[in-house]
Amino acid sequence: MKAGIVTFPGSNCDDDAYYALTHLAGFQGERHWHKSTPDFSDCDLVILPGGFSYGDYLRCGAMAAVSPIMESVKAFAGKGGLVLGICNGFQILCEAGLLPGALARNSGLTFSCQDVVLKVESNQGPWTNELTAGQTLTIPIAHGDGRYVIPEAEVERMRSRGEILLTYQNNPNGSVGDIAGVCNAQKNVFGLMPHPERATDLRSRDGMKIWRSVVNFLEKRRRS
Amino acid sequence: MNPLDTDISTVETAKALGLSSGEYAFICRKLERKPNFAELGIFSAMYSEHCSYKSSKPMLKRFPTTGRRVLQGPGENAGIVDIGDGWAVAFKMESHNHPSFIEPYQGAATGVGGILRDIFTMGARPIASMDALFFGGDSPKTRSLVKGVVKGIGDYGNSVGVPTVAGMTYFHPTYSQNCLVNAFSLGLIRSDQIYRGVAQGVGNLVVYVGAKTGRDGVHGATMASKEFCSEVEAERPTVQVGDPFTEKLLMEASLEVMRQGLVIGIQDMGAAGLTSSSFEMAHRAGTGLVVDLDKIPARELNMSGYELLLSESQERMLLVTDADRIEALRAVFEKWDLHAEVVGEVVQGSRVKMRKNAEWVVDLPIDLVVNPPLPERPKAAPSDQRQRWFMDRNRMLVAPVEAKFQVVLSDPSFGDPGPIVQQYDSMVGNRTEGGAVDDAAVIRVRDIENRSVRLVLSADCNPRVCWLSPREGGRRAVLEAATNLAMRGATPIGITDCLNFGSPENPEVMWQFDEAIEGICEACQALEIPVVSGNVSFYNDTDSKPIHPTPVVGMVGLIEDRDPLPESNFFDTGLEIALLGNVEGGLGGSVMAAQWFKRDCGQPDDTDIGAVTRMLRLFSRVRKVKVKYGVHDISEGGLVTALLEMVIHGRHDCTGVELTVPFGVDLDRFLFGETIPRVVLAFDSSDREEFERMANQAGVPFTLIGQVNDTDQFHVVQGKSTTLLSDMKKIRETYSQKWKSLIE
Repeated sequence: MKAGIVTFPGSNCDDDAYYALTHLAGFQGERHWHKSTPDFSDCDLVILPGGFSYGDYLRCGAMAAVSPIMESVKAFAGKGGLVLGICNGFQILCEAGLLPGALARNSGLTFSCQDVVLKVESNQGPWTNELTAGQTLTIPIAHGDGRYVIPEAEVERMRSRGEILLTYQNNPNGSVGDIAGVCNAQKNVFGLMPHPERATDLRSRDGMKIWRSVVNFLEKRRRS
Repeated sequence: MNPLDTDISTVETAKALGLSSGEYAFICRKLERKPNFAELGIFSAMYSEHCSYKSSKPMLKRFPTTGRRVLQGPGENAGIVDIGDGWAVAFKMESHNHPSFIEPYQGAATGVGGILRDIFTMGARPIASMDALFFGGDSPKTRSLVKGVVKGIGDYGNSVGVPTVAGMTYFHPTYSQNCLVNAFSLGLIRSDQIYRGVAQGVGNLVVYVGAKTGRDGVHGATMASKEFCSEVEAERPTVQVGDPFTEKLLMEASLEVMRQGLVIGIQDMGAAGLTSSSFEMAHRAGTGLVVDLDKIPARELNMSGYELLLSESQERMLLVTDADRIEALRAVFEKWDLHAEVVGEVVQGSRVKMRKNAEWVVDLPIDLVVNPPLPERPKAAPSDQRQRWFMDRNRMLVAPVEAKFQVVLSDPSFGDPGPIVQQYDSMVGNRTEGGAVDDAAVIRVRDIENRSVRLVLSADCNPRVCWLSPREGGRRAVLEAATNLAMRGATPIGITDCLNFGSPENPEVMWQFDEAIEGICEACQALEIPVVSGNVSFYNDTDSKPIHPTPVVGMVGLIEDRDPLPESNFFDTGLEIALLGNVEGGLGGSVMAAQWFKRDCGQPDDTDIGAVTRMLRLFSRVRKVKVKYGVHDISEGGLVTALLEMVIHGRHDCTGVELTVPFGVDLDRFLFGETIPRVVLAFDSSDREEFERMANQAGVPFTLIGQVNDTDQFHVVQGKSTTLLSDMKKIRETYSQKWKSLIE
């Protein structure tokens, strides 16, 4: 299985994602510079990693969202390809319109790095199928702008459709509905603020459960 | 007319720029003419204490700097130590005290930026940072400093993507008008791909890369080399402004050109900017340089030669390459949206010449610029040493233990670092195995295949002890860091130091400096740990009153086995607690004495280095024990604060301690004494015999002193009487609120 990992200027979790995917999750990693416009058709997964693309200047993710490579990412997602945005990658996906909502300054106004407990809201789709709804995971967060915002009515609609995948047990940033991670209606695009690529083989290994879900999904899809 | 003959300086301008009249006379004599204004600026920056180390140089030579692992000792951008299999670590600690006091956010941020550049300039990828912060007593000014400094460190390090994994935060009135911000960074490097700041090869090109030069930070080095006066606000323009995004691009591009072998020499433009980088690179290589100032990328129009030379704009590098490689090098920088500009050439000789508008504006012999005359710095021990050491034990003895316990808790430095460290990304890189709130951080090196290598980092200093006995303070900084590392299972491989002192023109300060260095040397020699890099920060005083001497030691150690790390805290109720080391500790220089008598007092015990060596040996054996145990060193505040921290940061149900005072022991010295090495060890009762046997074998005293429970109370049992020292809930509350309230 092949995973494309995008590097924007200012991305700083691209190495960590590459390490987790190639050394631990069984993917063949492939690095892509943001100025390129690759054809991702031989990729099984495309990752927009965490970091501070363009220094978070203007608005987190706003400039990366219009980088040349985003045309390729959109085309890939449009064909049902799996796209995952972690932290800054989540912000970029929202800015690019591939996911609903937006990420605003943490309610505490400071950057927050800590292990958080997440609750699995839905195990439907590619990202959480190895887990059970209601199960908890310990995965770190590290962000200053992770407060997910979207109209309340939308939250209900997303919940009913199983688009909210992860919520915080103790909301660290003021996100509406305690939302930590959401996917699109087709479920092939997923964005989350916590870092599953950092919870692999050191303090917590819970991030691996998400990677295994993806592998599981891809294997099933390949067989069918 | 030749500009070398215009804008001629006078002794008054020289003095206004921080040069002494003696230095100015020396320059004129050696040059056989008066320097012009731009040249005077160069001398002013390069003769500053910050760049020249003129007061400290002779003493720094005493440090042991060699060892079988040392690949690069002091004198370069960072020290480098071999960790095997073709890999090494580059590390250094540096101060950014004065800028941080003037403008806390930018001062601290650019401090981090500067130290990161020192690391990646050598070709190393930074993988961990630490900081040691010292602030004054609680006041609106202190609050704004803490808030700004913490945010500055966080915003910069987080954005570049280097985790801040450990550090220390300390509060004491001595820093009220002069906070200390010491930043440490460590990078990983292939031992055969080390780059140095050398302008080698006549005919080679001098290349400027990174951010453009602006008018910020002009004369920062000179500012950092004098005492603050009341017009500190006027110094604000001398503080640089940082841009972590550019730094990240510069780091990636620099590492890429070095990996591709496109560079001959490279140096960061740090303090004294273009001036220090050009003169130092030429000096190290024994060459001359010609620089065209018109080609320096400038942020603003009409910048003078003086400004271009002395700007400390951030995120800039000077490098040397040859004509064959310049295009490939330029392409890499372009990829990262950075511009590389050829600004000069390496030439034969021993002079640096700079041109502006087709005229020479600088023509100076390198030797004269980098070697200022060494000033006479008399030393004198304080005349009131006896008064400082005096401590009326009788007044303390009569007081109830609960009262003493409360004063120790009231110490401003006993607080939960959580609200501070959570603002730092401590995990980016996925290498951080432990740290943040622990005594030492543990970083795995996942880049080495088929071998487990973990690095342990610790930063230490006890300013109170340093003031009362600078030699013991220096010694203890090293020995305490070594103990912290050993407890995690690591062997020390090198240290970097950040020596923060008052004015070197004050004989007592020079005596403190000399003594502290002696202490560091004694400890390093005994434990065979080399000093590979460091930094001196003088003039940390306000209104002529020096800060407490603060020699901060950053130590790096290595764990080469795959065993799990010990716990730092209590991990089960019912655990037995033993004290390793002497049952009693000295109260001289302790938190207890300082808080009780409302002044720093008493004579700190000299550390028995042999006892430390035995403790280190014990831990290298304890590590082989395949059982779980918790370990925590006893330092400031004594045994009680160590136990409290082990409860507070321990498992949620480990809420109380019952402490049994051994027979015939002085209660104050048992609970609050701070002599090192003393260590708390917690284990399951079934493992007691084995631990005791190992301690006996290593010659380390082992005394059972209590048990962990879930009572939410801290009890002390002495003979038949039991005293409730405090309710743990109350302590937790005090502990968690103390620092949080400072930064909110």
